Amino acid sequence: MSVTWVLAWRNLWRHRRRTWLTVGAMVFCNTLLVFLVSLQLGVYQMMIDGSLAAYTGHIQIQQQGYLDDQYIYQSVPEVAGLAAQVRAELGVETVAARAEAFALASSAERSFGILLTGVQPAYEPGVSTFPGKLREGRYLAGDNAQEIVIGTVLAENLKVGVGDELTFLGSGRDGSFAAAIATVVGILDTGLEEVDRSMAQVPLGWFQQVFSMGNQGHSVVIRLPSLEAVPAATIALREQLQGRDGLTVLDWDALMPGLRQAIASDMAGAWFQYGILVVLVAFSVLNTQLMSVLERTREFGVMLALGLRPQRLARLVGMETLLLAILGLVLGMLGGGLLSWYLSYAGFSYPGMEEMAARFMLPDRMYPEVSLLSLSVGPLAVFVGAMLAALYPALRLLRLQPVAAMRAV
Amino acid sequence: MAVPLAAITTLAWRNLWRNYRRTLIMLLAIALGVWAMIFMSALMRGMTDQMVRNGLNTLPGEVQIHHLNYRRDPSVVNSMAPPEGALLDVLERPPVVAWAGRVRVPAVISSERGSRSVLLLGVDPAAEEALGSLPAEILEGRMLEGVDDRGLVIGASLARRLETELGKRVVIMSQDPDNNVVDRGARVVGIYRARLQGSEDRFVYAGRAVLQEMLGIGEQLSEIALTGDDYRHVDDWYPQIVAAAGSELEVMSWTQLDGFLSSMLATQDGFTLVFMIVVFLVLSFGLVNTLVMAVFERVREIGLMQALGMRPGLILGQILLESLYLLCLGLALGNLLALATILPLASGIDISGVAEGMEMMGMGTTLYPALYLQDMLMSTAVVVVLGLLASLAPAWRASRLDPVAALNKT
Repeated sequence: MSVTWVLAWRNLWRHRRRTWLTVGAMVFCNTLLVFLVSLQLGVYQMMIDGSLAAYTGHIQIQQQGYLDDQYIYQSVPEVAGLAAQVRAELGVETVAARAEAFALASSAERSFGILLTGVQPAYEPGVSTFPGKLREGRYLAGDNAQEIVIGTVLAENLKVGVGDELTFLGSGRDGSFAAAIATVVGILDTGLEEVDRSMAQVPLGWFQQVFSMGNQGHSVVIRLPSLEAVPAATIALREQLQGRDGLTVLDWDALMPGLRQAIASDMAGAWFQYGILVVLVAFSVLNTQLMSVLERTREFGVMLALGLRPQRLARLVGMETLLLAILGLVLGMLGGGLLSWYLSYAGFSYPGMEEMAARFMLPDRMYPEVSLLSLSVGPLAVFVGAMLAALYPALRLLRLQPVAAMRAV
Repeated sequence: MAVPLAAITTLAWRNLWRNYRRTLIMLLAIALGVWAMIFMSALMRGMTDQMVRNGLNTLPGEVQIHHLNYRRDPSVVNSMAPPEGALLDVLERPPVVAWAGRVRVPAVISSERGSRSVLLLGVDPAAEEALGSLPAEILEGRMLEGVDDRGLVIGASLARRLETELGKRVVIMSQDPDNNVVDRGARVVGIYRARLQGSEDRFVYAGRAVLQEMLGIGEQLSEIALTGDDYRHVDDWYPQIVAAAGSELEVMSWTQLDGFLSSMLATQDGFTLVFMIVVFLVLSFGLVNTLVMAVFERVREIGLMQALGMRPGLILGQILLESLYLLCLGLALGNLLALATILPLASGIDISGVAEGMEMMGMGTTLYPALYLQDMLMSTAVVVVLGLLASLAPAWRASRLDPVAALNKT
């Protein structure tokens, strides 16, 4: 260790309280930043997982335009076959075909307009969590059975229970009149009012008969093991589908553009807040370093008179700041890391979070996600801010005149 | 006491400017912190305000009255007679500003190209207008003209999905109280745009009397919506509506109808305060540091004052006063800065780049910052109270210095 480093270290501890206060500001800010960034990343992850796992899946194959218009004739030919093909191509089992149509559902007493979905009973539970939310009865069994499962609020509104029959009126793909009767075999309670009010699922094969769909459907839903696998799978599917007219591969971002945007807008607000904290800490460092330089004007004058080059003095101040900033960085990372790590197991919540969580299909407790990124982003920003703040005091020294400096009070 | 007090105010003010660089840096830091507190809370307020307002527009109405079973089972069976007697009396006088009775039933709407399930609203256009619950904008055609207007007004998005347009006929299908399916052909006389696309798909407007006739329910209503002067204070006045409505009807305020919105509003105050305190804590390290150094530089001077007979209380007061000057200057600067940045943004910040994300949260595409006096006062309170608390330690130390030791310090 060279003399300058020793000097810098000792200078730092001339005013112990001041140094600790400055380090304290950094540690506090770093701890907070590590915690908040971990929390944010954790919540985003949960938001994406929760929203996609519920129903949408990571990727869907649809007819072009179906996402926006939802016309019944914008269909995918041989939809079940395509789903099987995708299963083989990607090597994942969690691929299911769906078809959708609007219909008027009537029980003995009531009628409601609903969105009827035809699903593959064997594969649907792999791509959606809804089939697992059974409150009563069982999920669909056969591919051609005249069965239906409905949401709990819809069941209440229609005044039907398991075993009752429902009648459907709608129009088929060719514009023909479609009518059928199905037995309610299960009632689903997803906890989402909107879904429970409107959801109705029937087996795909039977759906295709009733709505004159032939072997057509509206989407192939693909759920992948992780979010990271989405881009590669999207590209692979696009290649595979080349030459099949009109089909398009949509990833979750295209299916739910709101999700990424909600995250982006939340992030923008958060970065603004973090930026403010970093700048405030930088001010604190600037104050400390400027004062420590000013009070040593005479000392520096003597050193200059003894032949030290001004650059070296500037470097000395730079080193002091570096030591200060490293101290803040290490302690802050440690504090923030421990806090987030603990909470990533214990989890936490605040009053009013439940309603918030329900809207994005989140669990009631939040779990921060500690990663290298969340550990380093905040502290590094504070570090850079501190070093930038030291520039002005250090550069002042370059203009120092030895004689004038030694006379300073 | 008058003389020493006057003396220490001058003294504190002059002391503040002895090391003007340090004071200026600290002043800048405080101003920036205060600006961030106010600016950020104005943005957050603007956001929640809009969420609540959009939410109220889709609810709509700050207070709603229904048949006891309607909310659980929104069927035409659960409708109620039009208000009369005590209830009508309450509805007609302040704080109720406007009210409207409507028929609201689930229905299926079909064009020759498709069908959708919607909520059919049978409205009295004039009353809804006063309530402010009509769609924001009519794109084509016109709004309904009265309760017996035989046309339909549908959303732009729904029109696209049904592949229908102005002047075309569509069929609406619903159910009468005896569970018979009733339907009626009607012409689309207007196409509206709503703030949220979801509303455009969901709500279809029809003349109230026409709908009542189709459903065969006479004068019955599904819902009475009313609005007062300020949605934040609904809880103060809605109990009197409850009393007037009697036990046969259910009266609910929007805070009960939409848990998400009301909890947003409730946690808002908490979040704003937490953010302010966090910003201040970061600031406070610098503030304490400044005062510690100011005291440290003046140890001899303080010792001399003590030796000359100045009581510790005055020394304490002097340091606190110095801190208070600093805080107040910073506050003034920060508030000015906040005003200067928020006022030009009053016409709104365009956030349409993330429109669909905003819609998920119930927001439109423009964010209007909302500057509340309450937030400015809160930030002032946080800064002054916590600032003086933080200054207490260095000031206390200064007042407890031993004069002899202090005077001998080099």
